[in-house]
Amino acid sequence: MADNVKYDVILSGVGGQGVLSIAAIIGIAAVNSGLHLKQAEVHGMSQRGGAVESHLRYGSRPIYSDLVPHGKADMILSMEPMEGLRYVGFLSADGVIVTEKTPFINIPDYPEIDTVYGALEQYPHVTLIDAQGIAKAMRAARSSNMVLLGAASVYMPLELAQLEAGIREVFGRKGEKVVASNLEALHRGREAAQD
Amino acid sequence: MRKFVPLGNEALAQGALDAGLSGCYAYPGTPSTEIMEYVQRSQEAAERDVHREWAANEKTALEAALGMSYAGKRAIACMKHVGLNVAADPFMNAAITGAHGGLLVAVADDPSMHSSQNEQDSRYFAQFALVPSLEPANQQEAYDLPFYAFELSEKYAIPVLVRLTTRLSHSRADIETRARIPEKELNLPANPLQFLLLPAISRRNYAALVEKQREFEVESEVSFLNRYENGPDKRLGILACGLAYNYLMENYPDGCPHPVLKIGQYPLPSKLVGRLVESCDQILVLEDGYPLVEEKLRGYPFDAGKVRGRLDGSLPRTGELNPSLVAQALGFEPPGPSYPAPDIITGRPPQLCDGCPHGDSLTALTAALEDYSKGRVFSDIGCYTLGALPPYSAVNSCVDMGASITMAKGAADAGLRPAVAVIGDSTFSHSGMTGLLDCVNANSPVKVVIVDNETTAMTGGQTSPAEGHLERIAVGVGVPEEHVRVITPLPRQHEQNVQVIREELEYEGVSVIIARRECIETAKRSRKAEKAAKNGG
Repeated sequence: MADNVKYDVILSGVGGQGVLSIAAIIGIAAVNSGLHLKQAEVHGMSQRGGAVESHLRYGSRPIYSDLVPHGKADMILSMEPMEGLRYVGFLSADGVIVTEKTPFINIPDYPEIDTVYGALEQYPHVTLIDAQGIAKAMRAARSSNMVLLGAASVYMPLELAQLEAGIREVFGRKGEKVVASNLEALHRGREAAQD
Repeated sequence: MRKFVPLGNEALAQGALDAGLSGCYAYPGTPSTEIMEYVQRSQEAAERDVHREWAANEKTALEAALGMSYAGKRAIACMKHVGLNVAADPFMNAAITGAHGGLLVAVADDPSMHSSQNEQDSRYFAQFALVPSLEPANQQEAYDLPFYAFELSEKYAIPVLVRLTTRLSHSRADIETRARIPEKELNLPANPLQFLLLPAISRRNYAALVEKQREFEVESEVSFLNRYENGPDKRLGILACGLAYNYLMENYPDGCPHPVLKIGQYPLPSKLVGRLVESCDQILVLEDGYPLVEEKLRGYPFDAGKVRGRLDGSLPRTGELNPSLVAQALGFEPPGPSYPAPDIITGRPPQLCDGCPHGDSLTALTAALEDYSKGRVFSDIGCYTLGALPPYSAVNSCVDMGASITMAKGAADAGLRPAVAVIGDSTFSHSGMTGLLDCVNANSPVKVVIVDNETTAMTGGQTSPAEGHLERIAVGVGVPEEHVRVITPLPRQHEQNVQVIREELEYEGVSVIIARRECIETAKRSRKAEKAAKNGG
């Protein structure tokens, strides 16, 4: 790993969508790569179906702030399209947005989905990914987060092998089958983003 | 060194375990919960049989920790900031008794109120009680802190407050751990009168506590948590407390050109502070929470603009700090959004889970109250407080743990009929039982709906202290047996449940309606665990 890595990610989604499990895998991959890590999570009330965000930062130099400064995030990685937009204030001018395409509608005033896609298209680097569709086609609906992580991995300065090791560590106790389908989901997501 | 990437809360817990902890006492509350949860998961804690059961509330937790300290062992009591209000009595008085075995009171503040009803700053409580307080700036300091803090506590026979804030409590970082030290042996205080706060003894203890303040300050001058970092540009000096130090340094990746005093231990080290104030033209105070240090530096009458911070508008008076706000206070071009958020985004507040029993309880209650005017439902602290939001809009108050019953009592005493309290099972055992006794004794006709999901749900499903005893408690307190009703909050039971509640609304006396159905989150989890056990075995 190069000695000048510095990468800031805002992870977003709706409480219960698994924002923290993606964060955990990236975190493990970063630490195993010999990098420093800071990752601020949201616990408590918002986890009950509300908007949640996690600030994840890794780099070769020690990291001071647990929070990403506004306008400095290299990536917004979102489990939900409108939630991806909610945090664009953190995105740097040439930052990347990688987001799930399928909306999660648990509120009465969710905007027309096409206006959400339209708004996302205003940003220079956006990858909208049908992670849920890809995971369902694999008959592994619960692996959609790993599809999304696979798509994000195209941009992240982390070796794929380290993300794979992170998946093994997080899902290991659930058995080899679960690990294998999550690894496959990671690869499918990566391929989808490279298309 | 083993690889370890803990939350701030977990770092503190592991540090306490490695520093010879014998007992952890706590009631769950965001953002403090994970300290105890970590101890409960720790294999090492299990092998050593470190005490790690949840307490009924923060007061009982802190008193038990004080008892363990009396017995010569190292103990920690953990709570959220408003929990310290509940434990204020033992906290203030433990400062007068002092400690014997090392005693830490870990309090997690919640600036910006992510999951709380206020953003009170626990450093004031430490100052009020005249005890030292420690404020780690990062996960490594949170881990290292207990080794130092237990010794400080034992050296001066004084409880030590450890102040965390949400961002540190709930943020992970890679840290290094160190060699473990053994637990203390059981041994009682040399002075048999130390913990006997009769006035004559209290006066002596208090005088000794006041006397110790100078020594506490000397400790602060040399503490590893306080550090003076000199810089050439003395037009500005920066005093940064706790996490604020990180936000400062984030803005100077190649080092800060100004002198910086990093503060992580109070009372303030006046020599270090004096050095900063005397050598710099202006002082910027960065602190998460209330402007405690800033007020001290300003003194009275207010100075002529030398000190900047939350009180002169350099920083917002309320809410947590972040690197961008600090950048602005330092006079940098605000890093501000490259992109403004599009205005199509709608709010997504937290809500009750699909199939949550509280939803069915609140729907039944609202239906039963249909014939009465609005504004009669006093609620409490828990998931069911979300019943205040649409589509339920079913409750009218949320103040502090247990306040539903006693506020309903006051309103009933004022003539409001019916007056209803909605309180969770865990909150009821925390602070509701004594209020119910008041209702019975005064025959205040309060209708108490205990929404019993058999867990402490909001904080993640911890044990509920009175699980299985609610009916007996209600009857034992003096509620007539025939007015202790149990319903099952399910959509198909709706009509029956409305009928039961209506009957009790008409009764001119104290009623308790227990709406019992397991939290769907814990039910899901236990089904999963059962399945895993089956597959595994």
